[in-house]
Amino acid sequence: MKKSVLAGLFLLSAAALNSTTLAAAEVKSLRGSVALDTPSDTVEVKKNINDKAPIARDYVQQPPLIPHKIKGYDINLKFNKCLTCHSWSNYKKSGATKISQTHFEDRAGDAHSNVAARRYFCTQCHVPQADAKPLVQNEFEAVKTIN
Amino acid sequence: MSIKSIIAKLRRPSTATLGSLLVVGFVSGVIFWGGFNTAMEATNTETFCISCHEMEDNVYQEYTETVHYTNRTGVRATCPDCHVPKPWIHKMVRKVQASNELFHKALGSIDTAEKFEEKRLKLAQNVWRSMEKTDSRECRNCHNYESMDFVEQQRRAVANHSVGLETGKTCIDCHKGIAHSLPALYEVDPSAVVGNVEH
Repeated sequence: MKKSVLAGLFLLSAAALNSTTLAAAEVKSLRGSVALDTPSDTVEVKKNINDKAPIARDYVQQPPLIPHKIKGYDINLKFNKCLTCHSWSNYKKSGATKISQTHFEDRAGDAHSNVAARRYFCTQCHVPQADAKPLVQNEFEAVKTIN
Repeated sequence: MSIKSIIAKLRRPSTATLGSLLVVGFVSGVIFWGGFNTAMEATNTETFCISCHEMEDNVYQEYTETVHYTNRTGVRATCPDCHVPKPWIHKMVRKVQASNELFHKALGSIDTAEKFEEKRLKLAQNVWRSMEKTDSRECRNCHNYESMDFVEQQRRAVANHSVGLETGKTCIDCHKGIAHSLPALYEVDPSAVVGNVEH
């Protein structure tokens, strides 16, 4: 009899504890505590950095970042706007950084005379930058030996 | 009235006849010239340009994505601002050339997207060539070297504009494909297209 009362008390307290932890971990919407029928706060549109000197790499094998705006720079079957400045034929004239030779290798490791299809879409790895604070604080430090 | 008197009248027309001739001539001159100019200006509008589907479906759509259509300051350059010269005589020449475009409209030379894409390189090169010839006259209606403050420009622009000014380059030499899509560059610059180059 005593045992069952104790067990009952234990279960009750466990349930109470459970409900408080649930309340604490209530899901908060990404759009903040704004009612559904009212417009959420407008987020400032971040502007891309336009025209800086090349940005140093932070870690080995980091794809170099794009230090300028690329609005309207299309990459399609007919042409790659980036390469009109960054290709080996054009970089001297334009003063741009030239595309790495590693981009001429296909996945079998064979080098070709032009950019390989798998490395053709620049923005898969290379991205323009905005002057934005990190969303989550971190203690990342750039590798010193490559700077 | 005898023939003689008619001839005499023609030899010495009354001042009233001369005056009315002048007035009628002047008025009809104004009307015809005005009408001609109005009609020509009507063909010099974006609405007229994109009344052909060849223009509206291809080049116009591309242009609406660019800075000449929407931008920070709200200044817009429409079709004729770049493609029709402002000086009268050059404008006339261009308008006469346009009859060839009407001919090809009738032939249906570029009446599908595929046909247009096939001819895009040739058509683009035609425009590039004429802009090179005129030292990019139409660009300079708005973008004047003398009015440019290099200090206000971005890093890349300062470097290239200073060199451009010295070496006598013209706008279109570098600023290709800024208001419409570039053509396929296989022939022009194979280093900027995917695919192996034949040796």
